[in-house]
Amino acid sequence: MMILSGDPPKSRVLTLVLIVIILALAATPFLFPGAKALNVAAKICVFAALVASYDLLLGYTGSVSFAHTMFYGIGSYAIAIALYGMGPNWAAIATGIVAGLPLAALLALAIGLFSLRVAAIFFAMITLAVASAFQVLASQLSWLTGGEDGRSFQLPELLRPGTILISKSLFGFEVNGRILTYYLVFATSAVMILALLRVVNSPFGRVLQAIRENRFRAEALGFRTVFHLTYANCLAALVAAGAGILNALWLRYAGPDTSLSFSIMLDILLMVVIGGMGTIYGAIIGAAIFILAQNYLQSLMGVASKAASEAGLPLLPGLLHPDRWLLWLGLLFIASVYFFPTGVVGRLRNAGAKKAGGVSH
Amino acid sequence: MTELAATDPLPKPKRDIAPILLPVALAVVTIPLIGSPSTWLTLTAASLAMGMMIFIMASGLTLVFGLMDVLNFGHGAFIAVGAYVATLVLAPFAASVQADSLWVNLAVLAPAALLSMAVSGALGLIVERVLILPVYGQHLKQILMTTGGLIVAEQTLYALWGPQIIPTPLPTSLRGSFIIGDVAIAKYRVLATLIGLAVFIAIQLVLNRTKLGLLIRAGVENREMVEALGYRIRRLFLGVFMTGSALAGLGGVMWALYREQVHASMSDDLTVLIFIVVIIGGLGSIGGCFIGAILVAMVANYGGFLVPKLALVSNILLMVAILMWRPRGLYAVTSR
Repeated sequence: MMILSGDPPKSRVLTLVLIVIILALAATPFLFPGAKALNVAAKICVFAALVASYDLLLGYTGSVSFAHTMFYGIGSYAIAIALYGMGPNWAAIATGIVAGLPLAALLALAIGLFSLRVAAIFFAMITLAVASAFQVLASQLSWLTGGEDGRSFQLPELLRPGTILISKSLFGFEVNGRILTYYLVFATSAVMILALLRVVNSPFGRVLQAIRENRFRAEALGFRTVFHLTYANCLAALVAAGAGILNALWLRYAGPDTSLSFSIMLDILLMVVIGGMGTIYGAIIGAAIFILAQNYLQSLMGVASKAASEAGLPLLPGLLHPDRWLLWLGLLFIASVYFFPTGVVGRLRNAGAKKAGGVSH
Repeated sequence: MTELAATDPLPKPKRDIAPILLPVALAVVTIPLIGSPSTWLTLTAASLAMGMMIFIMASGLTLVFGLMDVLNFGHGAFIAVGAYVATLVLAPFAASVQADSLWVNLAVLAPAALLSMAVSGALGLIVERVLILPVYGQHLKQILMTTGGLIVAEQTLYALWGPQIIPTPLPTSLRGSFIIGDVAIAKYRVLATLIGLAVFIAIQLVLNRTKLGLLIRAGVENREMVEALGYRIRRLFLGVFMTGSALAGLGGVMWALYREQVHASMSDDLTVLIFIVVIIGGLGSIGGCFIGAILVAMVANYGGFLVPKLALVSNILLMVAILMWRPRGLYAVTSR
């Protein structure tokens, strides 16, 4: 209970699903051999933390930010540029972290002070504008960021796939630097999500929810809402930058497509809404569903598209083309905003609450 | 307060001309910086044309927000749809488009543009009924719903036309430039400026000279009061939304011809530009939107010529500067 900050999943099914996801992620290197499964698992970990930090903004304060990928990108680029410039050593990683996190927080502070004073809609538009400017900036400053190509880099010796930590003869599987990196990603993401859970269940988190429900009233109660919103914005930016650092470390690369593009922003929105806003747990579920769909639904759609084109159906092959998977997720997104705005987690919790209510009466 | 006799006319509201002077001042200040007057004239003409096109696309968005407090993050979809429809219509008439006669060219272009507007407007009807109607008054859900709509619309365009860039060549008679002395002004820019001015004047006339416009302006100021007086503001809003969508479609056609290409994600960058314009102008204000569009285009053109490196962030700097001066934009019409 302590570790969950007194905010358990509150639904038996939800608990079960979460335990399955977390156990599967923890055991991926041993259960599912192959590079693809490990990549998918690492991506789920990184995005779970990133989406959870976005949930702090969207779900708990009710402000829509389109600049979240910017902070994610700052983390990615900070570590990439440091490792690229200083060579593969631990000092470079430390430099990247020390430079990236404060930069993200400062930028979040500036945006927050500038635009959070007014309506939520204003904040959404300003973040969109700032994020797009940052994206252009990152692709233009190619001497620093590598432009459209991005920056590839080497990791320190310990984290490379070639480093064998435990040889195959001992337990039957090999533990190498790659798997160590995976567990680094897994553990850091877990810590960040637990920290966010702590934040939203603190008195500070309660104030954020009060602001979400009725900003005027929260202000009347004596809370300085601008301060609280800006603080939340900075915290979210810090965690997003942290997720960006993990992402770059895992991919050994940072570029506009993997860390800055607007489509990642849309992915995050989809994940948080499908998983369930204002729950933090929704981030884990949303990220798992979305990334599994992204990686495995596409091949399914490819088969369907082929079948449709062989059957000579009009339009369907185009609509079912593997590249069009976002179309279907977009429809799912609209449907979930409309029909179940609390997402998967909200649904499961409500079902659980109803059942519990039935027993007590 | 001075007392008014019953027969006295109402006092005129004070005209706020500082924002109007802003683009003029900007244009004057840049003359010595650019140096050559002919370059300056060309750049100014380019700014006006670009500003008008952005204004046409942004005007619907700002009115929709002002009237009904709805911000449509999927506004860019109408731009792309308009451009695609025009491309589709113009494709079979390639011969007429390439004919070297202004009237033959316009005879194909005008119906294509009108059809684009009709299709975008009809799409606006569907979007308003399906996506926005269920979430009136809930900002968060509006943003999410319309963003979802944007994803679906963009992906549908990809599914129907594929990811390739489709070229949309300018009609022959609109190519080239008018050359006056040593100043070259592209013909298409003149046409775009004329259309933009016509749209601006038409909107201003409707808003200020008709009963419909009176109702719309009243709705922007105080929705409940208009409703209480017995007008169906929802229907009014639907009309404004469809008009705004149609205008976005028209802007899309003009932008496609300006860039001479069409792409399913063409609206992504434009959406950002439009948002900046709407914020600068003051949410809900047509006049502010007009000035904002010209300012953004001027900063892009002059800035791109004088300090190319700065052009990337010039729009943001402009927005910051204007919001420092007037936190609600140039003209604050709504109390929100």
